[in-house]
Amino acid sequence: MTTTDSGLVITDLHVSVETEAGPKPILKGVDLAIRPGQIHAIMGPNGSGKSTLAYSLAGHPKYTITGGSVALDGLELAGLSPDARAKAGLFLAMQYPVEVPGVSVANFLRTAKTALGGAAPSLRSWVKEVDAALGRLQLDSEFSSRSVNEGFSGGEKKRHEIVQLELLNPKYAILDETDSGLDIDALRIVAEGVNRYAAQGDRGVLLITHYTRILRYIEPDFVHVFVDGRIAEEGGRELADQLEENGYEKYVKAAAAS
Amino acid sequence: MTAFDPVLRKREAAEVNAANPGPAEARTVSHLHPAGSFDVDSHLLPSGREEVWRFTPLDRVEALLKDPPAGVIEITGDGLGPLPTLAIGQTPRGTVLTPTDRAAALASAHTAAAAHVLIPAGQRLEEPLRLSLRAADPEAVVTGHLVIEAGPGSQAVIVLHHTGAARYLGNVEVSVGDEARVTVVSLQDWDHTAVHLGQHEARVGRRGEYRHIAVSLGGDLIRLQNNVSYAGSGGAAQLFGVYFADAGQHIEHRLFVDHNHPKGTSLVDYRGALQGQHARSVWVGDVLIRPEAKGIDTYESNKNLVLSEGCRADAVPNLEIETGEIQGAGHSASTGRFDEEQLFYLRSRGLDEAAARRLVVRGFFAQLVARIGVSDVEEALMAKIDRELDQAERSRPLKGA
Ligand SMILES: Nc1ncnc2c1ncn2[C@@H]1O[C@H](COP(=O)(O)OP(=O)(O)OP(=O)(O)O)[C@@H](O)[C@H]1O
Ligand SMILES: [Mg+2]
Repeated sequence: MTTTDSGLVITDLHVSVETEAGPKPILKGVDLAIRPGQIHAIMGPNGSGKSTLAYSLAGHPKYTITGGSVALDGLELAGLSPDARAKAGLFLAMQYPVEVPGVSVANFLRTAKTALGGAAPSLRSWVKEVDAALGRLQLDSEFSSRSVNEGFSGGEKKRHEIVQLELLNPKYAILDETDSGLDIDALRIVAEGVNRYAAQGDRGVLLITHYTRILRYIEPDFVHVFVDGRIAEEGGRELADQLEENGYEKYVKAAAAS
Repeated sequence: MTAFDPVLRKREAAEVNAANPGPAEARTVSHLHPAGSFDVDSHLLPSGREEVWRFTPLDRVEALLKDPPAGVIEITGDGLGPLPTLAIGQTPRGTVLTPTDRAAALASAHTAAAAHVLIPAGQRLEEPLRLSLRAADPEAVVTGHLVIEAGPGSQAVIVLHHTGAARYLGNVEVSVGDEARVTVVSLQDWDHTAVHLGQHEARVGRRGEYRHIAVSLGGDLIRLQNNVSYAGSGGAAQLFGVYFADAGQHIEHRLFVDHNHPKGTSLVDYRGALQGQHARSVWVGDVLIRPEAKGIDTYESNKNLVLSEGCRADAVPNLEIETGEIQGAGHSASTGRFDEEQLFYLRSRGLDEAAARRLVVRGFFAQLVARIGVSDVEEALMAKIDRELDQAERSRPLKGA
């Protein structure tokens, strides 16, 4: 079922970030539509605004939408709180997952599931579900008694984000460099998690990455080149291979010239 | 492992006393800490200019310090008969604690019969020993003095539960024998009108381990002076504190660790949350490392989470080092608001603002509580903190920042 409304639809999005010197425009008119069942990859140079896009979609208070719109299955997200956006079905796997000292993974996951589902999951089946999800990401079940992200290795943090993706099962997932800092095995494990999620068929994925490596495991429907706060080029997975060969130079030059 | 039996106390008293050098032990007076005295009149009524009283709202404590107290607090233990007592001057009473302010001097002088908890040498209490402290008359000023004497090699967890309304001057004196392990949890769970002043003091024997956990939740004003010194080398002290100051509450914890023997360790970690108009906390952490305290290791920390406007948290760490030959010495103090990134992370997982804040505050305390190491005490404490958070949320959603 794909009505014209279905999807995470970003239209002419302008976003500023709060800085000490005042607001600084970062996103300069982003257009992107992620329909249910699609996987979109975004690649772009450091500082081009990829994380800004991710954060502003999720409602981080430092980023202000100054123009354009973001709609999730027809619901305008601008102005909604981060939790309202999560309840609408949005999930962000963060580039730098945050430590929450003293809060166990088990408690965190259960609180999140309860908040999103409206009711606490039954304890017994939930513990099983969590253990199974941890197991699929090859994390030990004792992991659930540790403080959220505290003392996790870089790779463990990223795998923990995918555990959340699987357990919370949102409609649309933004993965901000979830593949960065993973070893070869972890990369495959994380990619399998994303593929399981996407295999449901009606979920949308926005995959922000610097490496074509992960695209060996996850087949994108679209690849976008992100430069200077907007999308500079769109294509299929062959575009990723061209980038691998030639880098971003021609796009960066074109953006600077315009 | 045995249950606590108060009648066992006489048998072992002599042995425990051997570990106590007694009050005659010469002590250099540090500028961090006034010399103690049992003489009430040698402690003048505070004027507010004294360093040790400068943070305390004197109008709220004056009535407790002026006139002689009217009675004593009731101390009862679950399933215990009346506790044995120690008269003024009857050792070991007075061998560890010398009053360092007028409140403590009054508590010492006006508690004719101090409750005595003795854990004989080598005895390990399997269950925490729970003592309840309550005032019969919430208006009268009452005193209390508790002497905990843990013989060499003994182990015990003692929980002091202060409830109800009271105007209380209370001392707790703890002798930790050589290689004994003692945990004292002092839970200030008072009604909102209570005023509680007091001095807790411990001396830790050779390779003894002492833990003191101050939990200050309810009451109008709480001011505890918590002191530790050592009776031999290699003693370990952990002084933990958890407090939650609501509107109008004044919660003051003053610590003094006197490293007077070699190779000792001390770890001070106090954490508080403040919410509401005129919620106030004070933490003063003094650590003295004497010339003879070679090879010691100490760290003290105080962290405050300010949850709303109108609160004030003062933290004053002091480290006085008289020898260069130490393992380590450090301190830190911080007072801050919620971390935006933590809140955003939790909210992006569907938690609304109040739930996210609550989880962060809970975690802030849970981190410390988890280090107590006595699971039913930990659980009971987290339940108390949850209740405190419920109340805070009801009185005013956890907003602010
Ligand atoms: N708080 C801030 N103050 C000033 N500049 C900021 C702030 N936050 C982001 N920026 C700037 O916004 C731009 C975009 O940053 P963003 O993190 O979105 O880039 P990115 O494409 O995710 O980069 P990377 O590939 O390195 O992760 C950068 O130039 C960055 O310095
Ligand atoms: Mg980024």
